[in-house]
Amino acid sequence: MSLILASAAPAYTGFEVFWFVIIAILWAGYFVLEGFDFGIGIMLGVLGHGDELDRRVLINTIGPVWDGNEVWLLVAGGATFAAFPNWYATLFSGFYLPLFLILAALIFRGVAFEFRAKRAFPAWRLAWDNAIFWGSLLPALLWGVAFANILRGVPIGANFNYLGSFFNLLNPYSLLGGVTTLLLFSLHGAIFASLKTTGDLRARASRTAMFLAPVATAAMVAFLAWTYVNAHNAHNTGLVPPFVPILALAAVAVVGWLLREKLEGWAFVAMAVGLICLVATIFLNLYPRVMVSSISPAYSLTINNAASAPYTLKVMTIVALIFTPLVLVYQGWTYWVFRARVQRPVEGEPDALEEPGPLPESPEPVAAANPEQSSAAESEVS
Amino acid sequence: MAMTLDLSRWQFGITTVFHFLFVPLTIGLALLLAIMQTASYRTRDDAVKHENWEGMTRFWRRLFLINFAVGVVTGIVQEFQFGMNWSVYSRYVGSVFGAPLAVEALLAFFLESTFLGIWIFGRGRVSARVHLASIWLVSIGTMLSALFILAANAWMQHPVGYKVVGNRAVMTNFWAVMTNSTLIGSFLHVLFSAIVTSTMLLIGVSAWHLLKDRRAGRTPQRVFATSAKLALVVGAIAIVATLFFGDNQARVMERQQPMKMAAAEAIYNTQNGASFSLLTIGDLSGNPIFQIRLPHMLSVLADNDWNGSVQGINQIQTSETAKYGAGNYKPILWVTYWTFRIMVGCGILMLLLLAAGLWLMRRRRLEDSPWFLRVSVFAIALPFIANTTGWIFTEMGRQPWVVYGLLKTSVAVSHIGTGYVLTSLIGFTAIYSLLAVIDFGLMTRFARGEGDVDEHDEPEPEPGSDRVPALIY
Repeated sequence: MSLILASAAPAYTGFEVFWFVIIAILWAGYFVLEGFDFGIGIMLGVLGHGDELDRRVLINTIGPVWDGNEVWLLVAGGATFAAFPNWYATLFSGFYLPLFLILAALIFRGVAFEFRAKRAFPAWRLAWDNAIFWGSLLPALLWGVAFANILRGVPIGANFNYLGSFFNLLNPYSLLGGVTTLLLFSLHGAIFASLKTTGDLRARASRTAMFLAPVATAAMVAFLAWTYVNAHNAHNTGLVPPFVPILALAAVAVVGWLLREKLEGWAFVAMAVGLICLVATIFLNLYPRVMVSSISPAYSLTINNAASAPYTLKVMTIVALIFTPLVLVYQGWTYWVFRARVQRPVEGEPDALEEPGPLPESPEPVAAANPEQSSAAESEVS
Repeated sequence: MAMTLDLSRWQFGITTVFHFLFVPLTIGLALLLAIMQTASYRTRDDAVKHENWEGMTRFWRRLFLINFAVGVVTGIVQEFQFGMNWSVYSRYVGSVFGAPLAVEALLAFFLESTFLGIWIFGRGRVSARVHLASIWLVSIGTMLSALFILAANAWMQHPVGYKVVGNRAVMTNFWAVMTNSTLIGSFLHVLFSAIVTSTMLLIGVSAWHLLKDRRAGRTPQRVFATSAKLALVVGAIAIVATLFFGDNQARVMERQQPMKMAAAEAIYNTQNGASFSLLTIGDLSGNPIFQIRLPHMLSVLADNDWNGSVQGINQIQTSETAKYGAGNYKPILWVTYWTFRIMVGCGILMLLLLAAGLWLMRRRRLEDSPWFLRVSVFAIALPFIANTTGWIFTEMGRQPWVVYGLLKTSVAVSHIGTGYVLTSLIGFTAIYSLLAVIDFGLMTRFARGEGDVDEHDEPEPEPGSDRVPALIY
């Protein structure tokens, strides 16, 4: 049975554009949300070095939300499968080994959050802390590598099949893309840590963020400049409205200044804008393609030749329009519920306490020593 | 290519079977925890009862969370491996099969993960009512997830609501996909078997504690006595429902996939009033050394008719060849024959055990029946064996098809190098083996009540105090 797909796309409906935008939004949401999760994981090795309680505080800043953040990836994957089966098939079979590495990293990282507190001996905790650190660092790097490759172009043949090898995916441009996302996520995580912790840990998170900000900005400049050059290659025909990459760069560039002014909440917002605009730059540059073929522009996957049937797209559109607002509301609400800072347990107290109100079992208002209960924490996330 | 195919099939089998060790327990335990917490909430004015239900919730939630974590991370692999290893399949079916997967992620995964976060960390930060609602939402999320993924699977067993356009299947009716006759039976069968799985764990673990109390001459701990009783009642209902919908599925299967039914029974030639083979020693091809058969039972199971006709493998092979062209349409017989028997056998053993437990419970002798308690501990394995063999039967019994009548497994595989698949197969197998050892160790430890619960792990709830998320992780 021949299963080579005819390129004759179904009649153009406009749903393809809609789903291209939805998938871009899902990836942007994933970069913003799991971006700081990955950053916190990386900060475990930077800020939490040598101190079990600091590591524990860091992990608990994302404890209630990391799993929900990761679902953005699963929805992006599922939406790609349903809306653009050829994109899903070519991307994940083509980028086989990097994807395997990402999955392995996410497996170890995910169970580590749950397992590390289940045993008390140091070697156990150290092993899971390592799993969180590497399990965050590797995907933070590899997602950048993957997207840079999608945009740069990889050897895709006439039948949508990936004809390259693992080593085609390792090139200077994609590695720069990987370093860029790694630095951005690390910075994002450091800022999140400075928003969600107190005392010495908070101060160190701020300093780390201030150190990372110019480095991440430099990587952004290099990556966006190279992307701009690529965009004017013969193979590349995407839309590139210049204000989007400029906004991406400006948002990240301003983070250092915001941090010096102690406007951590705004620095977090700026990072979110920067990451959204970075993803938008990549997708706008791609449009109307979804994967660029380096062999021939005719072989590139586009929103037309990769798309699902119009009926499927229509059904999915209805489901998405009904349920996405609902999901955004309850996910946003959890951020509100867990808006408070996480604190080291005070001596003699069983748990991290933070609200200034007196507690039933303690006559001393322990948590009063927390004056900088910030409004920034409240304004940080929607 | 043949090697890539075999390795890809092994990888899919290993990763999926492993994933499904955790899924049923998640679905069942979420429901039982929701019931326990509801009881705890409703008895909040009765200190003794409240403490009992609260203690139960606290004990079982640790096992639930350890299990949930592994279920989640192994589920991520499932979302992507169709594209990785089965890209031809993905292109062919994406329009139909991809839709329930996407809807599952949007409707179920967000619900489960978000409200699980609220449930784990939200104590004292949200009201008791909202906290209770969150575990119910987690439970609903797990069931929705099962519904959508089974809709996708049911379509592979019995494609409906589509047409073939060019070289791919295109969805024409989403409602038809979601109301597939195959789906209704399989969803309820899986849902109830998941509940059975969790009740068997509750009974087994509680039995272990009750036995220990008995040996030490202590009063049995109330938490475990109540857990066992709750699980016996829920489990008895669920096992009957599981068997009922399993039987319903067998009838649907006889109509939709006759080869699978014939292969389950190793029936070579069409017969009326076919007997049900209980077990066979020796060759399955008709010259067994020893076998036990229940007369007419298969006809009754498949057709609801004492003398109903059950098609044989040879006849189906001929008719499928006529329909789909030359080829081998027989699944691997010893696999289908034995997995089916093991699944049904485990189900019946569980039915007997649960019935015995209910009887003892009515006679108020549950805590004083060491034989029953001892058997219950070992019986924890039964639902896991049944779940695994059930899926191996369902999926391998459909071979050579990946989508029945539409697409063969042999052409569905990605055109990728064998080396890549071998690497990931070894990698996943190693990672999953490691996880299995760690998970089993932790589950056993916490089931025995010997976990390292340091002072930070289990903050006592303080209603009304608006406190920070405790250091739970």
